[in-house]
Amino acid sequence: MLVFDDFEIGRAFPLGPKLVTSQEIIEFAAEFDPQPFHLDPESPQAELVGGLIASGWHTCAMVMAMMCESYLLNTASLGSGGLESIRWLHPVRPGDTLTGEAKVMDRRVSASNPKMGIVTFAYGLQNQDGTKVLAINGTGFVRKNLPA
Amino acid sequence: MTSFFDAIKPGLEREIGSHTFGRDEIIAFAKKFDPQPFHLNDEAAKDSLFGALCASGWHVTAIWMRLNIQQGRGAFSGLLDYDKEPVFGPSPGIRNLRWLHPVFPGDTITYRSTTANKRLSPNRPGWGMLMSSEAATNQNGRLVCRFDGAVTLKVG
Repeated sequence: MLVFDDFEIGRAFPLGPKLVTSQEIIEFAAEFDPQPFHLDPESPQAELVGGLIASGWHTCAMVMAMMCESYLLNTASLGSGGLESIRWLHPVRPGDTLTGEAKVMDRRVSASNPKMGIVTFAYGLQNQDGTKVLAINGTGFVRKNLPA
Repeated sequence: MTSFFDAIKPGLEREIGSHTFGRDEIIAFAKKFDPQPFHLNDEAAKDSLFGALCASGWHVTAIWMRLNIQQGRGAFSGLLDYDKEPVFGPSPGIRNLRWLHPVFPGDTITYRSTTANKRLSPNRPGWGMLMSSEAATNQNGRLVCRFDGAVTLKVG
């Protein structure tokens, strides 16, 4: 189990690969982001953006799942208080294969809770052409030590 | 003719909608996208910072998006005078997202949006950007989540 000390500045955790299907794009959009360019590739709105594209919130959910798989489920994680920025840089489309990394940019022990560390991450995803599709700067809370 | 883009003014506040988070949907979302123990398991959540099982922060923002599309954009029509329905495009991103308080099963979260600013796109004629401040509060009036949003829209 990874604890605060394991998150050295510069350490990077690989994310993916993750193949994106049109079925999951439409399924997520139908539940959470029912806009035509996320639901129907034949819609005029989709034509404006070059075809079906994933909801940006879906891409965020994907990167969350990829982080869990890569390192977070093996981390004494205490959640996250927020993110400085989320940038949806390029559309995610059916058939894309996404890879990326979560890199430790900074870290400190919490002033209010000495048992907790605050780790600043930069995480991002790119598609199979090397085009960056998502960039996030945010923090995660990690235990200093494992509970006895 | 007044376009939506011309009519919208900074400082305009509106309610987007409310949602009561059920335990089953919290767990279903977490299983798919954020399977950390405190989103899935009561026992594990007791030992976490949150003290009890709670929704993934991404679930809280995904419900914001749903309500924004289903009700929030329509809520402009009662507040502004315009002749042509707005055409919204994708968002370039958001800033200053904060998950300030956990959302527990049974909590009813109400989402409000305040228009912060608008501007024309410098490199895409006919398009502009609408910036907003988004806030979500629970049934006790406690702020649980906030962020600064942005969305593209047609100007004409």
